[in-house]
Amino acid sequence: MNKGYAPKGIGRIPEPETKKDYKGLFKRLAGYVLHEWRLFFVAILLTLLSNQLALMGPLYSGTAIDAIVAEGGVDFPTVWENVFKMLSCYVLAALLSYLLALLMVKLSQRIIRTMRKELFAKITKLPIPFFDKNAVGDIVSRMSYDIDTINSTLSHDLVQVMTSLYTVIGSAIFMFRISKPMMLIFVVTVPAAVLFTRYRAKKVRPMFKERSRKLGELNGYAEEMLSGQHTIRTYGREKTISEDFNRHNADAMNATYRAEYYGGILGPSINFINNLSIALITVFGGILYMYSQSGAVAAGTLFFITLGGVAQFVQYSRKFAGPINEFANILHEFQSAFSAAERVFRVLDEPCEAPDGEDAVTLDAVKGDVEFEHVDFSYIPEKPVLKDFDLHVKAGQTVAIVGPTGAGKTTVINLLMRFYDPSSGEIRIDGKPLKSITRESLRRAFTMVLQDTWLFYGSVYDNIVYGKENATLDEVKEAARRARIDSFIEGLPDGYDTLITDDGVNISKGQKQLITIARAMLSDAPMLILDEATSNVDSRTEKMISAAMDDLMRERTCFVVAHRLSTIENADLILVLRDGQITESGTHAELLRLGGFYATLYNSQFT
Amino acid sequence: MKRVFSYLYPFRYRMALGFFVKVLGTVAELLLPVVLTHILKTVVASEDLTQVLLWGALMLLFAGLACLFNIVANRMAATVGKRFSKALRRDLFYKTLTLDTAQTDAFTIPSLESRITTDTYHVHNFVMMIQRMGIRAPILLVGGVVITLLMDKALALVMIAVMPLIFVLVYTLSRLGIRLYGRVQTSVDSLVRVLREDYGGIRVIKALSKEKYEQDRFEIANQRLSKNEQSASFIMSSTHPIMNLLMNGGIAAVTALAAVRVAKDASDPETVVAFMQYFTLISMALMAVSRMFVMFSKCSASARRISEVLSTPAEIVKTEEATSTSDDFITVKNLSFSYAGKKRDLDNISISIPYGSSFGIIGGTGSGKSTLIKLLLRFYDADSGEILFRGKSIRSYTREEIAPFVGVAHQKDFLYAASVEENVRFGRNISREEVWEALTLAQAEDFVRALPDGLDTVLATGGTNLSGGQRQRLLIARAVAGTPPLLILDDASSALDYKTDAALRAALRKIGDKMTTVTVAQRASSVMSCDKILVLDDGRAVGYGTHAELLESCPIYREISDSQMGGALFE
Repeated sequence: MNKGYAPKGIGRIPEPETKKDYKGLFKRLAGYVLHEWRLFFVAILLTLLSNQLALMGPLYSGTAIDAIVAEGGVDFPTVWENVFKMLSCYVLAALLSYLLALLMVKLSQRIIRTMRKELFAKITKLPIPFFDKNAVGDIVSRMSYDIDTINSTLSHDLVQVMTSLYTVIGSAIFMFRISKPMMLIFVVTVPAAVLFTRYRAKKVRPMFKERSRKLGELNGYAEEMLSGQHTIRTYGREKTISEDFNRHNADAMNATYRAEYYGGILGPSINFINNLSIALITVFGGILYMYSQSGAVAAGTLFFITLGGVAQFVQYSRKFAGPINEFANILHEFQSAFSAAERVFRVLDEPCEAPDGEDAVTLDAVKGDVEFEHVDFSYIPEKPVLKDFDLHVKAGQTVAIVGPTGAGKTTVINLLMRFYDPSSGEIRIDGKPLKSITRESLRRAFTMVLQDTWLFYGSVYDNIVYGKENATLDEVKEAARRARIDSFIEGLPDGYDTLITDDGVNISKGQKQLITIARAMLSDAPMLILDEATSNVDSRTEKMISAAMDDLMRERTCFVVAHRLSTIENADLILVLRDGQITESGTHAELLRLGGFYATLYNSQFT
Repeated sequence: MKRVFSYLYPFRYRMALGFFVKVLGTVAELLLPVVLTHILKTVVASEDLTQVLLWGALMLLFAGLACLFNIVANRMAATVGKRFSKALRRDLFYKTLTLDTAQTDAFTIPSLESRITTDTYHVHNFVMMIQRMGIRAPILLVGGVVITLLMDKALALVMIAVMPLIFVLVYTLSRLGIRLYGRVQTSVDSLVRVLREDYGGIRVIKALSKEKYEQDRFEIANQRLSKNEQSASFIMSSTHPIMNLLMNGGIAAVTALAAVRVAKDASDPETVVAFMQYFTLISMALMAVSRMFVMFSKCSASARRISEVLSTPAEIVKTEEATSTSDDFITVKNLSFSYAGKKRDLDNISISIPYGSSFGIIGGTGSGKSTLIKLLLRFYDADSGEILFRGKSIRSYTREEIAPFVGVAHQKDFLYAASVEENVRFGRNISREEVWEALTLAQAEDFVRALPDGLDTVLATGGTNLSGGQRQRLLIARAVAGTPPLLILDDASSALDYKTDAALRAALRKIGDKMTTVTVAQRASSVMSCDKILVLDDGRAVGYGTHAELLESCPIYREISDSQMGGALFE
């Protein structure tokens, strides 16, 4: 059906806000996590335990070293005991952290599976205008890329944050216990590291964004030009286009260079701050150790430290520094997860098709008498398509809708199926207003063949039986026979079980058309909507399609977006559309007598 | 793959210099724990405060040097990376555009696209990483091992024993990961397929009230994806805990062994403290090396895919052969051609198109009409028979040499995100006046004038902000712009209503013998006025003559003509 007639900008998914409502997003995401609160609770417990164990390791290692330096030779029992404790801690920590990882994978998989399910269910419930206005690629990227981002944050970064917090606090406590004075070093280095990363990140992040943007442009250009490769070759424009590409290429690489040039400072600088800490610890620790050894500082006093103590302190300081350096990165990950979640939630928050009224009736035993009374309709408020439109189609009659591309020929169909609703006026079927009928029963009263043949990945049988769930194989075969596609299907390697694949190499356009006609044949709906194909098939297939369609139209009320002259001439009513408005209506003879647009077009073919 | 990395060759001295600077930085970093040991072991024993401070300052100096050298090296790497990727991508894009059409078909466009975009990106990242870490990590690793061996052989051996274990672990898991994530990717594809299908068929789904059915269909794909993702993650999550365990286990083993050796006076406690430092450093380097390994396997796949394109030899080349000559614009003699080598897509076709004449080709889908056009433009070479272009064998022209002689409009041709003027000009040397003339001829003048910015209106990608008929008229304008000697209209007016189509044909007749025209169509009315008409059916010529002759002699032509003369009144 005609797409994109409605303008872009109305009914599209709104762009994300520049200033994000992080609190709201956080609450909503947390809702998903808390729904799995049992798993989450166990996860927190495991995080605490495994990190505590990992932190205790260096403690025992320090004690062991002290036992090695002990006066009067190595204190073996203490060494063994502590080595054993160390090992047990590490084994247990590894086990628990693996368990934790499994748990988090499970947790995040449950959440994103639910999200995907909700998102898809939402999509099936959205009104048609949504599909006319939003590109499928955009939804695909929300379904795959955005949900994936949420997944990696949930399964990885969440644990990372908990672990980091615990490690920072834990190692700070341990270091505090080993030597309070030495903690002063971090008063200098930690703020230095944090401030530096924040400052650099602020400076570098726009550069990386710029790089992504430029690379995106470059890729977009390459994709666009490759799609036109055939034409470029025909006109011998390879060199010109390549020069253009190289301009984009240079832009992208310059942006990359800038990002990498300035980004390349961060790693070594952070390393420097770490090394600075180690140097300060060594000097300060060395001095304290010196005085402790010489007895100038008494054991147990504030400034006392052992060699093992210095070793422990160095180990903890590395554990301490790691998460702080990572902090900026993780924050960034969380930001992108929030943005991704926002994009998913935007779709979930789109308004659904308005629900059926409470007193909506089921339409059955339909005769197929259709009336439009004073119907006004427009896709864009200032551009009316139908204005005070009246139409009465008696059961069994055929209406042909004609007009040039983009004239809005599918409007009447959109209104009949309630893909769109009129802004005023009333449409009635068998005297019942559309709004008083349940959507499902209304739509079931129609059968439909569209120009864009829609087949899905599945067998030929699945695709035909789609029109009527409980149809028997015989019914399917009968429908195929009436659609004149039976002998073709039987000639396929697996007959009705042949898989219709994406590339669809095995089935031509015309044959696809016939399969959709067979699908429509299965339905015994009293009304038919038909979007005749233009002449994209060879003449023999076209004849078969015409015959099948004539068969389909028999004894039904038909609304045809018509291309074939025979359909148009034989129609009980012709609606001529021009620039989105019905300009003429009547039978073929009446319109010719009128001498308007229709008559001009009709006569032009004979000149 | 060599082919790709040969692009690094011009930068070999710069890279060598960069590596050298990186080595300096790494050595400075490696010396830190040496000084640390020295302070704790010797300087502290001397109980001289200034000495401790001096040595501490030395540590600071080394730390500063390490930082400085690394920054300089990283910046040098950025320059190399930029120039390398720019040149590689430039050549790859040009090569892609100039591939023979059969080669393009074999690669497929989406695949070529991802080679230009994703694969060059992977290779770039690898080249950057190699420069940044490729030398640092191995030096840290080897240097660390050497220093520790010098400090205490026995303890070093314990550590060395752990390394292969970690390496094997990372290697095996990443190999396994590639396979598992491949499976994840397949299930992502089928999930996306359901989504795409339903998006396109939403009207049918709603008309048949199949929402629930589709939700179930999606849920199957959803669960399969989830299951595959979960099992891949389960395996890959074990890397970190196992690696940590191995490293920490190594530290425990070193501690235990140190106790024994200190007791025997074979080692001293200060060495043990320094040893722990090296252990951390080395294990970090080891992780970096294994990460590089994973990246290398990703990059080598990409590099191979790029090399494949770059090293594809051109097959359609210029050969100087003048076996026969002709006075016509185009002469085709006994031409046969097959895309796949099985079915004959064109079978023994002979035609001649004199200068200034109009020629029509008609036939159904798959009859070989477009194939014949492609051969006339030398997109493919014939299997047998010959084509004479302007009296000489077409094999004595390159495709670029044929291009200036022809203007071609296909049914669904290429419009891109640029102004109307640029789309018509298409990079050729054509003046603005000539663009307007072409638009007038193509019956596009009125609607272009009505566009918000006229000739400067920027089209959306694919020209989607125009109607089908408007797009076709722009394509025809492009084809006639600059009045090329040969005009090919390949089903180019299928979206025009009869009135516009008739006006177009009248306008074309007016310029008459300045242009030789070839019209390909499915509608008889589009070709009936041509001087000569070729009727194709399944690759064979089933009719060849004027409209009147063919109505007499060719039943297929008559059938087409009958069923279509009334035809599509409104597109």
